[in-house]
Amino acid sequence: MIPELGHFALVLALAIALVQSTVPLYGARTGDAVLMGVAEPTALAQFAFVGFSFAALIACYVTSDFSVATVFENSHSAMPLIYKFTSVWGNHEGSMLLWVLILTVFGALVAAFGRNIPASLKATVLSVQSWVAAAFYIFILATSNPFLRIAQPPFEGRDLNPILQDFGLAVHPPMLYLGYVGFSISFAFAIAALIEGRIDAAWARWVRPWTLIAWICLTLGIAMGSFWAYYTLGWGGWWYWDPVENASFMPWLAGTAMLHSALVMEKREALKVWTILLAILTFSLSLIGTFLVRSGVLTSVHAFASDPMRGVVILAILILFIGGALTLYAWRAPTLKQGGLFAPISREGALVLNNLFLTTACATVFVGTLYPLALEALTGAKISVGAPYFDWTFGPLFVVLLIAVPFGPLLAWKRGDVRAVTQRLAAAFALALAALLAVCVIEGRPVLAAFGVGIATFVILGAITDIVERTGLWRAPLPTAARRAIGLPRSAWGAAFAHIGVGVTLLGIVGETQWGSEQIVSLRPGDKVALRHYDFTFEGTSARNGPNYRELAVRFAVRRNGELIGEMVPAKRTFASREMTTTEAALMTRGLGQLYVSLGDVAADGAIAVRLYHKPLVLLIWLGCVVMAFGGALSLSDRRLRVGAPKPAKRKLALQPAE
Amino acid sequence: MTRKQRRLTLIAAGVGVLGVAVGLVLFALRGTIVFFNSPTDLVEKHVAPGTRIRLGGLVVVGSVVHANNLLVRFAVSDGAHSLPVSCANQCAAELPDLFREGQGVVTEGVLDQGGTFQAERVLAKHDERYMPREVAEALKKRGHWKDDAANKGATSTRTQ
Repeated sequence: MIPELGHFALVLALAIALVQSTVPLYGARTGDAVLMGVAEPTALAQFAFVGFSFAALIACYVTSDFSVATVFENSHSAMPLIYKFTSVWGNHEGSMLLWVLILTVFGALVAAFGRNIPASLKATVLSVQSWVAAAFYIFILATSNPFLRIAQPPFEGRDLNPILQDFGLAVHPPMLYLGYVGFSISFAFAIAALIEGRIDAAWARWVRPWTLIAWICLTLGIAMGSFWAYYTLGWGGWWYWDPVENASFMPWLAGTAMLHSALVMEKREALKVWTILLAILTFSLSLIGTFLVRSGVLTSVHAFASDPMRGVVILAILILFIGGALTLYAWRAPTLKQGGLFAPISREGALVLNNLFLTTACATVFVGTLYPLALEALTGAKISVGAPYFDWTFGPLFVVLLIAVPFGPLLAWKRGDVRAVTQRLAAAFALALAALLAVCVIEGRPVLAAFGVGIATFVILGAITDIVERTGLWRAPLPTAARRAIGLPRSAWGAAFAHIGVGVTLLGIVGETQWGSEQIVSLRPGDKVALRHYDFTFEGTSARNGPNYRELAVRFAVRRNGELIGEMVPAKRTFASREMTTTEAALMTRGLGQLYVSLGDVAADGAIAVRLYHKPLVLLIWLGCVVMAFGGALSLSDRRLRVGAPKPAKRKLALQPAE
Repeated sequence: MTRKQRRLTLIAAGVGVLGVAVGLVLFALRGTIVFFNSPTDLVEKHVAPGTRIRLGGLVVVGSVVHANNLLVRFAVSDGAHSLPVSCANQCAAELPDLFREGQGVVTEGVLDQGGTFQAERVLAKHDERYMPREVAEALKKRGHWKDDAANKGATSTRTQ
């Protein structure tokens, strides 16, 4: 009964979405307040029905109702409760339901909290968002119904893919989807602006919180995915330039560009047309990401199913929305009014440069990701584009961008003075140079690492310089500076933290890639192996049984310069129901770096292949992302976003009575 | 600065950055792409030894020999031809958990003079059917593709 109710709720949500996608839009065009008012209750109702549907699916999983096909294929009665719960979205059907759930969450949030948005804009935004929702309901109901029943229910499920039996599954997909789908709001705002033919600084301010929320979630989602891959796949890599990773990285790059260009629009009313285009492109890239991952054109751990029908439907949705949006853009964008002027050397100019590099970098990732697909479709040749491609294209572009980052916030709006800014950055530059030389002298090898550290230091100190300059620290007495620091807009702090986060992540990347070391050896009990300053002794093995797996664990005693510092226990798990094994790496945190041990093959004579890694500064990679997200959150709490944009003064309808 | 000048500056900067990016992309694509081949492709196309390629097919049942912990030998077949593969050191230690006889596999490496494929990496990329897409297509082309259900033993009740 529960699955049928869930299914029915989803059908009702589709019906509501169809109403919401037309009626308020018509109301907004004809100026009918009643019809426009339909948008809010329908958005809330959609959320309620999809929420019910999702809850019904959770109920099926938690109670292990194997008469439902997706539960049978992705769950097992012996699984711990948390994995029964997370396996709801550990498969194609459930994750698409999560996708629309988040879509309706955002719709409901706009309906409930977007109070200061003008009625007609709000109605149009909710309508546009509902088109997307309707398309995806149809997709789910027609090709990937999660509530499909099996005529003769089996007694036991086929278990969740063991690689996914991890806490990471509880966090990574919902976060990533919050990011992907969150950009649907800025997309809807962009389309609404094109339909209304009117766009101003207030528009940028209304969109900003939604873009920021999406960006924060996407940042954390990507970081979480990277960390999960790092500890679960067993060879210690944190980024592979895998098409699926790129699929989430491209919207991030475009979204970051949009956050910056929307600033120009908000402050100076310039770059309107470009910001609209970025909003469309960002969500388009999210849709392309969904297509790449969900259609089965790529093979990876993320490709859960490869039903060609699904690919065709998602491709149709993709063409409809991206093509439609770009057509509307080409038709309506020229009618939007141009904004203020600015000199090339100015804050605006710097943000344009930022946008240029971010979008170009995004384009190179796009080419590298889709070129193999295009080539295969055209010539049939199967190729793969690996990490070296991205190192060569994305790398140089980002290096230039990062060197330019500290200059941006210090330049004045409208017309900046590059010499004055250079003077202010002199200290940061000198310190960065000192760091570069220090690394050269101390570590010697590789020169690339020294440059990486230099750039990272420059980015971090540049962001700090901005705050120091604004508060007048060093020049003014400390209490004055402190008062100014408190008085600074939160968005200024947010920008500084986000930029510091970028530098911190870069430091981590440099440390891990340039100074890391690894050992791959075959070991028997009692054997010893050395890695940098550490000694690992193979103490022995032990076997134990988990709830739905058997585990072979190996104990290593770890010594640093002869002194025992702890034990590491990597393991291999064998899951009977899928005849799969997974590698459970052992990690030990040493400062900001980590030791990483994982097991390979076990030979007949009892020797075990062991991979040992020393990864200095590796934690900074994800810590930097958290700092970036924190910066985003600070910016989100800025007063101007809470208070709302000043409304244009209403024309007085009647004369004031004389006093 | 007039609107026209500003626009020209913008366009010049844009074209400049894009030009550099296109240059980088073309340069990188020339040097870094890797072609996928089935054993038959290698026999028919005479790929020069030393060229970095990907080789995909089924791991021949009974062919996997763990010479020692850091050297695994096996044969990859697409039904028509089969090719010996040697997977040593890093490759052997990083052998994915899902590598096994009778399953599809994609390896990356170079062909040596003696006709053995020296794999540097065995890829763990596959979907829930444990069959890399490239391999499935290569097998289909040779007419050796077995239905998924027969291949896996377990039957899936889901209708496609």
